[in-house]
Amino acid sequence: MSDLKDAGHLLRLAAVFVVAVLIFLVIRAALVPKGFGKLGHYRSEALAEIAAKPINYAGHQACETCHSDIVDVKSKGKHAGVNCESCHGPLAKHAEDPASVQPAKLEAISLCPRCHTANAAKPKSFPQVIPEDHSGGVPCDTCHKPHTPVIEAAEAKP
Amino acid sequence: MYPNEVELQWSVLIVLYPFITGLVAGAFILASLERVFRVEAVKPTYRLALLTALAFLIVAPLPLQLHLGRPERSFEMYLTPHRSSAMAMFGFVYLWYLLGVLVVEIWLEYRRDIVEWAQSSTGLKRLMYRALTLGSYNVSPRAMEIDDKVGWIITIVGIPSAFLLHGYVGFIFGSIKANPWWSTPLMPVVFLFSAMVSGISVVMLLYMLTCWLRRREIDMRCVDTIAMYLFYTFLIDFTLEMVDLIHRIYEADESFRSLDFMVHTKLYFSQIMLQIGFGTLVPLTLLAITQLVRLQEPIRKYVYSLAGILTLIGIFAMRWNVVIGGQLFSKSFLGYTTYKMGFVTKEGLLPAILLSILPFVILWVLIKVLPPWHEQALSQAAHGD
Amino acid sequence: MSMTRRHFLILTAAAAAAWDSILAGTPESAPNYNASEHWYGMLMQIEKCIGCGSCVRACQLENNVPDGYFRTWVERYHVADWTVESPTVDSPDGGKNGFVELKETGGKNFFVPKLCNHCADSPCTQVCPVGATFDSPDGVVLIDPKYCLGCRYCIQACPYGCRFLNPSSETAEKCSLCYHRITKGLTTACCENCPTGARQLVDFKNPKDPIHEFLKTHSVQVLKPYMATKAKVYYYGLDGSVR
Repeated sequence: MSDLKDAGHLLRLAAVFVVAVLIFLVIRAALVPKGFGKLGHYRSEALAEIAAKPINYAGHQACETCHSDIVDVKSKGKHAGVNCESCHGPLAKHAEDPASVQPAKLEAISLCPRCHTANAAKPKSFPQVIPEDHSGGVPCDTCHKPHTPVIEAAEAKP
Repeated sequence: MYPNEVELQWSVLIVLYPFITGLVAGAFILASLERVFRVEAVKPTYRLALLTALAFLIVAPLPLQLHLGRPERSFEMYLTPHRSSAMAMFGFVYLWYLLGVLVVEIWLEYRRDIVEWAQSSTGLKRLMYRALTLGSYNVSPRAMEIDDKVGWIITIVGIPSAFLLHGYVGFIFGSIKANPWWSTPLMPVVFLFSAMVSGISVVMLLYMLTCWLRRREIDMRCVDTIAMYLFYTFLIDFTLEMVDLIHRIYEADESFRSLDFMVHTKLYFSQIMLQIGFGTLVPLTLLAITQLVRLQEPIRKYVYSLAGILTLIGIFAMRWNVVIGGQLFSKSFLGYTTYKMGFVTKEGLLPAILLSILPFVILWVLIKVLPPWHEQALSQAAHGD
Repeated sequence: MSMTRRHFLILTAAAAAAWDSILAGTPESAPNYNASEHWYGMLMQIEKCIGCGSCVRACQLENNVPDGYFRTWVERYHVADWTVESPTVDSPDGGKNGFVELKETGGKNFFVPKLCNHCADSPCTQVCPVGATFDSPDGVVLIDPKYCLGCRYCIQACPYGCRFLNPSSETAEKCSLCYHRITKGLTTACCENCPTGARQLVDFKNPKDPIHEFLKTHSVQVLKPYMATKAKVYYYGLDGSVR
């Protein structure tokens, strides 16, 4: 029994530890996010938060709902697989409110070379030119129609 | 280089952190030499080693907090630690080691003195010591016996705890398969042994320094013993690092050429000259000489001091070479980048320097509050100082 | 083109309906999206990539990626002769504005687009100390920006270099496979804007997905297979020199 008396200070120390652990557990229960651990070791709310981020590119299906005439022309040409916003830039805002948000006018001379400038690393079958040699500074859309770029013989300018 | 690799992710603060926890682990192991392995000779450094460990341990989380992008969220490691992540271990291992091992051991060691000081001091100091007694003033022989036994158990538990505290840091690096400079099972072991080397050195240097400041005789038997342990531990550490190096050179896997080039160019100064040359081979040679030849006492003191300082530089260089070196080469093995260390920036050189000085400031305060030396303890009790 | 008021009203209604289906809200309010019905990956066809950088630009505009950091990027390889050991690789600004012609153009030259591989056994989620990066039920490795500490351990653990620390939020960031788009039936911004179809999203749980069929019938590879990360971005036509 006297041992217990002589070990009293250790019991006090142990008590301090126990109280600290209990306080920690209470704080922890209050602070752990509610959805944590439901689906895995993460906040399940995060999935919805990430999925709710704003969209900037509408996607070609949105464009096609209104601009079906362009689609008709484009789908028959070489740019059939090139989606609208690839050249026209992110237009989700325009698709949401077509009247008040107008897409910017595109400048062919700076746009077309981005894909079509010749480069040894590009696939050999891909149409590529050295812009200065090809058109000498003349804008590409002088001869090529962007939505159907191949120049038919009848349209070819002298 | 992959485009996102140009910027280094872990800065000099992450070099400092394992250096600090290494000193903690090493100082504690030295203290345990006396307590558990009954190496009487090192008793003069027992209390000092514990206080040194505590001072460095208090500072240890600070470089980490400064480094985090969102330090205000660091408590999340306590809320939702990810059990598969070695880093998640940090919060709990740190708290356990600080409170469950170090603080308890220091408390048990000093309890008799604390009770005396609580009764003999005045004012604010009296309040502080009274709080530290936890309300118990029992210093009977039986209580002291129990304290001694419990302290012994704590130290026994403390040794693997110290290994865990620093070993997990080695595992943090060693378990990253994406980085061939880090990925090796030897990493935790190398970290541990270099920790022990640095910890032993720092306690040895602090003991000699504090004796000199207090104009007291240095117990040469103590210092000789410490130096001997330092020598043998260093020998093991050096062997381990050489085994790793030789293994890499021999196997010459995909990463070897890139890493080899890096060591010979970007890490030439820090690895070959500082870590291996001045930081390992020179101190090892100096210590070997003292083990083989009986030098005069004044010469031995200088040799030990020099060896100790070079050792600390060498172990810091080792941390630098692991952390920074591991980020200087591209994971494509086709390029290198540079570490641009700022000065007065959040993770720059200035915070690193300040954080390196801080433990010594804390140690000074601890020495004032819990003097490790018996004659000072007695005088404190007598004069209510 | 002239438009009658009737035309205009019809078109507006159609646009609104289309937009509604796009903005179907969060997964909770989109009754049609069930994560367990999907398992995402991507296919890269090297021989189709022209290195235009449209994907890099599109990703930056869709996801507000800060300058100098990349959720996706394009590398150009130049293999001078037969050896795969020492290619010359460059990725100027991630390939965002294309590539200037090299002086030495003999040998093999090709582009390799890269992004997060959304590994099924990802080393990055393994090392996150708090659970801020995780595997979604539909196979996308995501980052919870509200929970991330910015410790950068995940960035160290990724073998592919696809992660970075966003300097404004001070949290880790990487490709999210445009999770906000794919959960609404759209494709990722990079795939949407790739003019040659070199990049294509694949849903392994969709029996009608044509890419799924492609993967079953063609020789494909993943990057760094020895890392055993179960990467889900497949490459068709990947040269042995690619790192």
